[in-house]
Amino acid sequence: MPGYADPAALATALAAAGYLADEGLAVAGFLALKLHRPIFLEGDAGVGKTAFAGALAEATGLPLVRLQCYEGLDAAQALYDWDFPRQVLHLRAVEAAAGGARSVEELEAGLYDRRFLVARPLLQAIEQAPCVLLIDEVDRADDEFEAFLLELLADAAVTIPELGRIAAAEPPLVVVTSNRTREVHDALKRRCLYHWVGHPSPEREAAILRARLPEVTERLAVQIADATARLRALDLVKPPGVAESIDWAAAIGALGADALSAEITALTLGAVLKVREDIERVRAAADAP
Amino acid sequence: MLLDLVAAVRAAGVPATPDRVQAMFRAVDATGPDLLYWAARLTLCGSPDDIARFDAAFAGFSRDAEPKGTPWQVRRLPERSLFRASSPGDGAADGDPGLAVRAADTEMLRHRDLATLSAAERAEAMRLLALAAAADPRRPGRRYRPWHRGRADPRRTMRAMLRAAGEPRLPARRARRPRPRRLVLLADVSGSMAPYADALLRLGHALVQHRPRWTEVFTLGTRLTRVTAPLLSRDVEVAVRAAGQVIPDWRGGTRLADTLTDFLRRYGHRGLARRAVVVVFSDGWERGDPAPLGEAAAHLRRLAHRLIWATPHAGRPGFAPTAGGLAAVLPHVDALVAGHSIAAIEELLGEVSH
Repeated sequence: MPGYADPAALATALAAAGYLADEGLAVAGFLALKLHRPIFLEGDAGVGKTAFAGALAEATGLPLVRLQCYEGLDAAQALYDWDFPRQVLHLRAVEAAAGGARSVEELEAGLYDRRFLVARPLLQAIEQAPCVLLIDEVDRADDEFEAFLLELLADAAVTIPELGRIAAAEPPLVVVTSNRTREVHDALKRRCLYHWVGHPSPEREAAILRARLPEVTERLAVQIADATARLRALDLVKPPGVAESIDWAAAIGALGADALSAEITALTLGAVLKVREDIERVRAAADAP
Repeated sequence: MLLDLVAAVRAAGVPATPDRVQAMFRAVDATGPDLLYWAARLTLCGSPDDIARFDAAFAGFSRDAEPKGTPWQVRRLPERSLFRASSPGDGAADGDPGLAVRAADTEMLRHRDLATLSAAERAEAMRLLALAAAADPRRPGRRYRPWHRGRADPRRTMRAMLRAAGEPRLPARRARRPRPRRLVLLADVSGSMAPYADALLRLGHALVQHRPRWTEVFTLGTRLTRVTAPLLSRDVEVAVRAAGQVIPDWRGGTRLADTLTDFLRRYGHRGLARRAVVVVFSDGWERGDPAPLGEAAAHLRRLAHRLIWATPHAGRPGFAPTAGGLAAVLPHVDALVAGHSIAAIEELLGEVSH
């Protein structure tokens, strides 16, 4: 795993990967690399939590393993599963080859071989380590799954009853994200570096737009960043995240405009606001002098 | 010096446990003292509330160091929405009439009296617990289970046929395995609901006890308060007392539309109310324009699986939902039920499992 002298060096590497991290995020990444602690990122949708893990993988040159959480996620889908059809095929093949010479025990032991194990993201991460493991939207999974994660994060190893313990050569760099639809258990957060990812300042947002969409002019980027900041200050149901402002800039760029005008804004509002009440509210605010 | 910071942060209410403090020392070691703010914040905090408290403590701790939590980060913090009229940087919203109403309301903060439960109240709490067991709304899950009706289950059918040496068998069937559906109780504890507020907390306690993972209880008044955590205590008296201590606006005024909107922004729209059964317990008594309350109810209805509005007045003879707030809410609710007696609560819970 590459080392960085200080958080600023990591921020530079992230910037080269197209992600402009603020100071707190850079320190979090730096500490995660140095102290081998997972990072727990919380924040509104579309502020760049998932993108951070991707950028971290690119900056450090490590492979990215992603686990998308959802309700009902269990160990068989997150960790490993036995490949039952292949095991049956193996038995049939042995039968066909008339391998009567082999003992039953030997045959049975052969069934629980590593090659019949399907590695799901968490096992992949442990086997591939060092790598970046992204556990996305952990708040969607059930809380038993959190308890299960705890065990894994604590010692970066899994015990498979039939095979024994598989331990990571080096603990993977873990990024856990949550949209805060429910409170994640404190026991999980305690083991992590907690960072609340806020909306970026207008200057940073303009820089992000420029980095992500090179075709957008400096002036348009600044205008969009300012407008998005003003939208966030309004009392909206879903304040736009960075992802939305990037979409917005791309939409305006696709229309061939190079500056934000009243007509262009009215035409493209749907790229940045996705709730009807919000759009109406902004229209009303724009019409008022 | 670092221990002073830890003490200040703890005094501000951040639960900085020893293992977190240990992590902080290692983090400060790794980053150096210049990044003390981030090293400490990343390791000691565990929620946006913690960050706000940490910032306050840190500002008092080191005079020269400005807290770096930008206004952008602080904006979405929990206490944000009710006093926005007076917070700086919101000039864009000045013309909003809704804010003017908010600003004009003076807030009365008061905690619940620490009364012990009478024998009758205890007996009622026991009955509520028994009743709550009946409220078990479910929804179809993503996974399947063997069932006697439904679509054919290819895997089980195939295995049965293999066992029968390839002879055709009756097809096995499967259906979606039901999962518990979340229940959200929003209880109005304002002055006009005062006679029912205690009983509502006990009802919340009963529901939380019955299905702790699938129930959320909030109180509405002049502020929104999440009381699920205090209600987790087994003993009803301890739980209700703990809940009373976190509710700052007990029997105060009411800003129903604002608190309901606040709920939608902070919890509902993010997923808490999605596909849930939402029970609002309120008389719908709203000063000012009822239109925002209607909008909030419509939004809640779109998110939730069922929106049930319980109002104590509905149990009275000759009741008609003409009060401004209720009339605005009525087009958007799935059921309007009474909630003035145990029998009415039973009916309400029947509606929940519907």
